[in-house]
Amino acid sequence: MIVRILGEGRYEVPDPDLPTIERLDAQLVAAMEAADEATFSTTLSELLDEIRRKGALIPPDDVRTSGLAVPHDGSTLVEVRSLLDEEG
Amino acid sequence: MGVMKRLGGIVQAKANKALDKAENPADMLDLTYEKQMENLTKVRRALADVATAKKRLELQASELQGQAQKLQDQAKQALGQGNEDLAREALSRRAALAEQLQGLGTQHQQVETQQQQLETTAQRLQTQVEAFRTKKETLKASYTASKAEAGIGEAVSGISESMASAGMTLDRAQDKIAQMQARAGAVDELLDTGALPDALGGGDDIQRQLDATTQQSQVDTELAALKAQIGAGAPGAGELPSGAGAPSEGGAPAQPADPGTGGPS
Repeated sequence: MIVRILGEGRYEVPDPDLPTIERLDAQLVAAMEAADEATFSTTLSELLDEIRRKGALIPPDDVRTSGLAVPHDGSTLVEVRSLLDEEG
Repeated sequence: MGVMKRLGGIVQAKANKALDKAENPADMLDLTYEKQMENLTKVRRALADVATAKKRLELQASELQGQAQKLQDQAKQALGQGNEDLAREALSRRAALAEQLQGLGTQHQQVETQQQQLETTAQRLQTQVEAFRTKKETLKASYTASKAEAGIGEAVSGISESMASAGMTLDRAQDKIAQMQARAGAVDELLDTGALPDALGGGDDIQRQLDATTQQSQVDTELAALKAQIGAGAPGAGELPSGAGAPSEGGAPAQPADPGTGGPS
């Protein structure tokens, strides 16, 4: 699966590593629903680290598209909320 | 739905919206290339803006640091004059400045993150522009073959997606720069109008009090000298016999009395 980290690049993550990433993604949603800025911020860092560690960075001239995208490193809960509200 | 899937969908939607639908695949390649170049120019411009914002924050921080140092010196001077209340005031203003400085420090860190993300984006776009320039000519040369059309579609969507995501990074950086400029503007205004010394502690009124005390003690010295002169010339002229006013030989003034600031001597 190809995951894009905004402001950074695309990573190809092997399928066996996807469950861990999805679990962190679900935690991110929970933190947003609870408006828990601190948990959101640490979970986002963990998620980014996991993708960087398990995934392989795709070179820029490779034009494959990605199905998943992760917010910019350092994004706040409020920023991500407004990003997600942009489309519908 | 998870954040990653929703955000992925948003990037896709933005990419599709930005995609130029041209009748002719060759035109589509050219339009995409032009857009890529524009995108790269925008990112580079934003990088320059970030550098300017960073410089401004640094200048402000050093100015605030100067103010903080001045207050520290004033606190010392006030203590030297035995005015502990004034020293306390100077130090508490210095604490307010330190808070402001910390805020600037946090922002400085954020600017550096923006700078880094924009630099990465610019580098990636640059590589993509170069690769795409070669690729589009190859694709154009062969697009009459039906199988090449799929290749064009793929290349164009890939580029569009990466431009959409670069656009999101750009928007975010521009928001941050705007926030930073608003704050920097407010700090500049405070520094310019001199509101900062009063409100946050450049300590002009502290300096006034320190100067007043120094001046008062000079007046006392001169007064004592005059008293000494008069005392030497015409003793018993109805003056109150204050200790400091005691006549002395040669008119050399005695140590002045405490100016009455109430502080411990």
